[in-house]
Amino acid sequence: MKRSKRFETLAERPVNKDGFIEEWPEMGFAAMHSPYDPKPSIKIQNGKVMELDGVPREKFDFIDQFIADYVIRPDRAEKSMAMDSLEIARKIVDINVPRKEILKICSGITPAKLAEIICHMNVVELMMAMQKMRARKMPGNQAHVTNLKDDPVQLAADAAECALRGFSEEETTMGVARYAPFSAMALLIGSQVGRRGVLTQCSAEEATELELGIRGLTTYAETLSVYGTEQVFVDGDDTPYSKSFLNAAYASRGLKVRFTSGAGSEVLMGQAEKKSMLYLECRCLFVTKGAGAQGTQNGSVSCIGIAASVPAGLREVLGENVAATLLGLECCSSNDQSFSHSPMRRTARTMLQFFPGTDYIFSGYAGEDNYDNLFAGSNFDANDFDDYNIMQRDMQVDGGLRPVREEEVIAVRRKAAKAVQVVFKRLGLSEVTDEQVEAVVYAHGSKDTLSRDVAGDLVAAEDMMKRGITGIDVVRALAEGGFEDVADSVLNMLKQRVVGDYLQTSAILDENFKVLSGVNTPNDYMGPGTGYRVEGKRWDEIKAVDNLIRPEDF
Amino acid sequence: MKYNEEVIEEVVAQVIKEVMKQRGVEQTTQSKKEDYSDAKVATKGTDPKEVVIGVGPGFQTKIHRTINGLDLQQVIDEVKAGIEEEGMHPRVVKILKTSDVCFMGLEAAKLSGSGIGIGIQSKGTTVIHQKDLYPLSNLELFPQAPLMTLETYRKVGKNSAKYVKGERVTPITVENDPMTRPKYQVKAALMHIKETECLDEKIPYIEWNA
Repeated sequence: MKRSKRFETLAERPVNKDGFIEEWPEMGFAAMHSPYDPKPSIKIQNGKVMELDGVPREKFDFIDQFIADYVIRPDRAEKSMAMDSLEIARKIVDINVPRKEILKICSGITPAKLAEIICHMNVVELMMAMQKMRARKMPGNQAHVTNLKDDPVQLAADAAECALRGFSEEETTMGVARYAPFSAMALLIGSQVGRRGVLTQCSAEEATELELGIRGLTTYAETLSVYGTEQVFVDGDDTPYSKSFLNAAYASRGLKVRFTSGAGSEVLMGQAEKKSMLYLECRCLFVTKGAGAQGTQNGSVSCIGIAASVPAGLREVLGENVAATLLGLECCSSNDQSFSHSPMRRTARTMLQFFPGTDYIFSGYAGEDNYDNLFAGSNFDANDFDDYNIMQRDMQVDGGLRPVREEEVIAVRRKAAKAVQVVFKRLGLSEVTDEQVEAVVYAHGSKDTLSRDVAGDLVAAEDMMKRGITGIDVVRALAEGGFEDVADSVLNMLKQRVVGDYLQTSAILDENFKVLSGVNTPNDYMGPGTGYRVEGKRWDEIKAVDNLIRPEDF
Repeated sequence: MKYNEEVIEEVVAQVIKEVMKQRGVEQTTQSKKEDYSDAKVATKGTDPKEVVIGVGPGFQTKIHRTINGLDLQQVIDEVKAGIEEEGMHPRVVKILKTSDVCFMGLEAAKLSGSGIGIGIQSKGTTVIHQKDLYPLSNLELFPQAPLMTLETYRKVGKNSAKYVKGERVTPITVENDPMTRPKYQVKAALMHIKETECLDEKIPYIEWNA
């Protein structure tokens, strides 16, 4: 066949480098619905759930049993389940029905019912639902802070810059896992230099991550993964019960916790049991709630390549974000993983969370160039900062970021790098040279920095753990090293751990360490003129982009 | 009513099966699985210079090339050569109880006389593990299989041997391509499904001549 030049040109477009697959429910490649999904049902006897979504109690797997025993309110179940799913979906987008009433209804439904309700809404209705059901009144954002070299100095500088740019939370991870103690410490210090009160996390193997948290080197954890089928849990040596213990281990030490789950993980593990991604994710969210976690990081997350490959995959992603909010959970709504070669497609995907606003629009916006992003690339990265700020300005939407000036960025990067240098010296860790600090201050990424002695760093990091160094040692080193203000901030972060107010749903801290959560600043959206509005000081901040045409220049 | 629903579900299942057959989609079934009943169950080594390489259940039986097309025999040859270059002794086992790379690596480490092991999934994802670490921890992890080259596999062999010798090891430089997921995740899922279908609940691991 003679090729059409039109088709030849289209074939070269970035979107045609993406992977797509037909629906294949037998292997779980079905986004919203699979013919094998169960019909919603419940039977209550003597206050106990005896049948859940077509399965009688004696045939429950451990996920069914966990959900039946710890999540669904038996006193509300019969009434909620008797309501038509379509009617509930309509109430959700009805501005005259308050959020509280929806939460009450949804405390008595089953996972299959939740999936059915979501299926009744198109993407605009799902955005309406998110705008109303998000727990915290104002939206927020989270950054990924990582680099290919696991360089703690660069981590601190990038953390400071991201905090200045407006992120409320920062998450790091490592290329070489044994760098974890350095990474956690660098992120803690850098974040507080950029903006007081930013929460930090170091994603690592579970026992290591818990240990770092107990030592006060992190303030939250979000990579406690749960799955929608029993076999995936079993393969990971886990159960909903063990995850509940882990959650309690964090929370009892004053660490904020959210779980992680999302479309496609069961498919990727080869254990989807023919169910749709949405139905399996609904099961995950019920487990999350039953385990006592205040929130979830969901929206396919790292399996977005799977969800985005099937029809209605991105509608499903927003659908599962909304499902989380219907259960009253904090929703940290993914957007944190590259999934498309097409800039149009990746932008469109993010707008579904950006327009309505979620508790955290990204569960990791790459605060560095994506080549340095050790979560294998985020959907947006540091190169998109200005685009993002302009989109906030264009649409008068609060995406959680703000325009910044070059000189203030350089200043916080330098302060953070020097603070880490001092702490390393005073704690007797590996050396940070002045040349390294200087390179990091002006760097865009790890290609612009000097290499460190990795083997030496790993020995020092292990030693740091053996010596039992904690957040208090970091405070002392900062204070004695001339960074009293940073020491004060880090100490305040440690105090939060004792106070524990930020364990409430959807909590973030402002620059005075005041908690803003779904409890003390709940979302009260009920249509135009209500809820969160971009206005006043915040609108001035968003408007103040750098590259304005000035009439006086002509 | 319930009876009718079951009938409908059964019919739907049959129809889908037929459609999948027409589309030429491979339906691997239990009967097609390799029979390992005569295979030699792998035992714990006693040689302190040993590094055990644990390969995935579908390795060289159902899957012959990694996700980016490297021949699995060449992969194994390179890892072994890397280990031997450092004066240590490689041994290959096939893990049949799990297809999770970290658990595979840990099983290999536990079988290894030195306590150092390597896990290699058939799609190429690799980990260097040590017997006393938590399953999801590791000495070095190579999560992006499409970026692996034969040269990297040789370095994996070399570094694992250096851990055995108790040297101060500089980990292999981390590589990252943010477009790996859009390009390869669906393929990765299909390969992993194929590998997971090869699990054998009767035999945990066997000696593997590769």
